[in-house]
Amino acid sequence: MKHGLRVGVLALQGAVDPHKAHLEALGCEFVDVRTRAVLEKADFHGLILPGGESSTMLRLLNVFEMKQALVDYANSHPVWGICAGSILMAKHVENPEQESFGFIDLDVRRNAYGRQLDSFTCELAGMREAAFIRAPQFTRVGPGVKVLAEHGGEPVWVEEGRHMATSFHPELAWERPSPVHQAFLNKL
Amino acid sequence: MTNNLNSSAPTLNLKVGLAEMLKGGVIMDVVNADQARIAEDSGAVAVMALERVPSDIRKEGGVARMSDPRLVEDIMAVVDIPVMAKCRIGHFAEAQILQAIGVDYIDESEVLTPADDRYHINKHNFQVPFVCGATNLGEALRRIGEGAALLRTKGEPGTGDIVEGVKHMRTIINEIRRLTILSEEQLMTEAKELGAPYELVLRVAREGKLPVPNFAAGGIATPADAALMMQLGAETVFVGSGIFKSENPAQFAKAIVKATAQFRDPQALLDASRGLGSAMRGLSARNIDASDLMAPRGW
Repeated sequence: MKHGLRVGVLALQGAVDPHKAHLEALGCEFVDVRTRAVLEKADFHGLILPGGESSTMLRLLNVFEMKQALVDYANSHPVWGICAGSILMAKHVENPEQESFGFIDLDVRRNAYGRQLDSFTCELAGMREAAFIRAPQFTRVGPGVKVLAEHGGEPVWVEEGRHMATSFHPELAWERPSPVHQAFLNKL
Repeated sequence: MTNNLNSSAPTLNLKVGLAEMLKGGVIMDVVNADQARIAEDSGAVAVMALERVPSDIRKEGGVARMSDPRLVEDIMAVVDIPVMAKCRIGHFAEAQILQAIGVDYIDESEVLTPADDRYHINKHNFQVPFVCGATNLGEALRRIGEGAALLRTKGEPGTGDIVEGVKHMRTIINEIRRLTILSEEQLMTEAKELGAPYELVLRVAREGKLPVPNFAAGGIATPADAALMMQLGAETVFVGSGIFKSENPAQFAKAIVKATAQFRDPQALLDASRGLGSAMRGLSARNIDASDLMAPRGW
């Protein structure tokens, strides 16, 4: 699997480390993207916006002046947002309304399934346990958006062009690499 | 109950999963809805809802108990980030109440007056995840054995003095390192001496880290304190009295969030530290009577 592909993970906050095992299993190099300089240099073939708290990540992207660099990166490279990351990628965010980047024609409702007591796992898209943790819901997908997996009739894994979003956490899956990491690699 | 530590067909631990989402962040103590909003706007990844911050508990004395559920509910109503709340060590009825409220994490905390002088809560009995404090590896592994999904150092709460937090973090990290160089036949004796479950000792020896995330708490009062604990190995920091007992809480909160995100970058730490005004006044942990120390609570 020598392909020399590198994958960045935005490492301002959240579940960054769990991606390492999946990326290693795919023969990809893991790149810690913590500063504007690293993001601007764009020396990696795709970027993961990890799970975490979307309001915290948004604040840190502002504080460290990384928003324009993120938009520029997404204009020419694949980006995959997970849970909080998918909220950043959406066109509109509700509960509450929040700034977002609109990389995918997608509307998202934060904490739509409830609090931690409502977090759950289910079998999904080749994963024995896909974890939904205080998960958002994709409430509208645009006409150009392809739904790759559903749960309870709702889209939970979508793609549009080079970008991808999941409302659940493939990085916590037992399967390594997870099928979603594999799918992201195929986009690079 | 979910317990993937020693089951042969493991199930994914959603309790640990939520802790993963909190990594690299700051969890702030708040005593009302206004403070909770300030914390969220400043970039907190979660808030700890309580009636009095540790420095006030220390000052006022008396028995410190779980907060009034109404206070916790008021805070849950105004923020969208996870809300944690504290119960007394061993007080499983308080924990049942907190679970019924629907908090996202329960802290079985030495900051409150212990309710049981012998037993901690059996945390496997709960669906809500628990965080517990520890001063050393044996204590950390006992709590994990009881079902804690997240560990934190105890430090000496409410002092603004980081020395005890540093001691606890260094102790835990050193004891983990030590396990990784022992030969297998030494590990049962080591488990006996640590007073820790053997299976967990084996796992730590093999993996070189705790099976759950390890955060820092107790005495963090400045951006530099947060960066110190992160560089020593903490994965997130809890800030108790340090924010809302400072001269300018919103600025302190933002600065500590910034320093935690860029904890290895001295230039970012400098930017975060400049012109903040005074930190909480604090109290040297060395000058506290032994009977008033909180870290020795629990076992």
